[in-house]
Amino acid sequence: MTKQEALFNYLLRLGDTSLILAQRNGEWCGHGPFLEEDLALTNIALDLIGQSNALLNYAAQVEGKGRTADELAFHRTEREFYNTILVEQSNGDYAKTILRQFLCDAFDFYLYTELVKSKDETLAAIAAKSIKEITYHLRHTSSWVERLGDGTEESHTRIQDALNELWRFTGELFEMNQVDTILIQEGIAVDLNLIKPMWESKIKEVLERATLKIPANAFMQRGSRDAKHTEHLGYILAEMQSLPRAFPDAKW
Amino acid sequence: MNKDSQGPLWEVFVQKKPGQPFVHCGNLHAFDKEMALQNARDLYTRRNEGTALWVVPTDAIVSSSPEDIGPFFEPANDKVFRHPTFYKLPEGIKHM
Repeated sequence: MTKQEALFNYLLRLGDTSLILAQRNGEWCGHGPFLEEDLALTNIALDLIGQSNALLNYAAQVEGKGRTADELAFHRTEREFYNTILVEQSNGDYAKTILRQFLCDAFDFYLYTELVKSKDETLAAIAAKSIKEITYHLRHTSSWVERLGDGTEESHTRIQDALNELWRFTGELFEMNQVDTILIQEGIAVDLNLIKPMWESKIKEVLERATLKIPANAFMQRGSRDAKHTEHLGYILAEMQSLPRAFPDAKW
Repeated sequence: MNKDSQGPLWEVFVQKKPGQPFVHCGNLHAFDKEMALQNARDLYTRRNEGTALWVVPTDAIVSSSPEDIGPFFEPANDKVFRHPTFYKLPEGIKHM
């Protein structure tokens, strides 16, 4: 694997993760628990689309085959997507959506904080812009996790159920392969072993305040580093890609 | 609490730049101070409207009522001597 191929794959990982999470959050548009929170979540989705747009534009440029960010987003199949399997999980109730976003925000916070120092200038610039948005997302979702966990009996049960269901998808966030080895050597990518303890301690801190318990079951589902996904991604892509695939020249 | 309740009302004030007054721009629903502040940010400052925010519980605001217009404000109309119109502003004074 060349450095260029590794960087292309790394950018797809980051860009696809933002894109699919944005698409999931976008499903809440007009359906939020109340107006203010509906807007807050779609604001987060828009930030994520912005990040994804920057990352996939750069990925297309690095690939150098004349593809655009739109072509990467709308004309790849399920087995060509590298988003984490955590972000493709269904929205469920608002507790599950918030918890999924919180787990991702905490991960992104430490990842992008390190990426700001990347030797790849474009990636560092994208990270510097994104980290401000991510810092706010983390503040917003942390306070919601706390509010729901330490709220009523029903809200506590719902968000604890969400944690029990989603925890198994957090293991692969830190999985590394040849792509990481090559890019860490070049000072481009982040050593995920480095940020894992920071992520764990942040999660622990917020979950403790929220009176929530990390499930004891240690099984961790993996797959996305090999572009293997859960059953959800196909449906997301079908909806997200149907228009540009049916009308490839459509402009709006 | 009522099942349909979206939480108490808060009034939002935005400051465009440091040093300028906080201007009322609308209201929102929220269940606590932090939520009110975050909702204000998401609703009222996403298009460069300002650099600082105040949120105040609506029921903490004491308001005059329409019937007060006569006794409260009309006596000011015919007393020009109360206006500082004979005073010359020094140059360089802004926001007056």
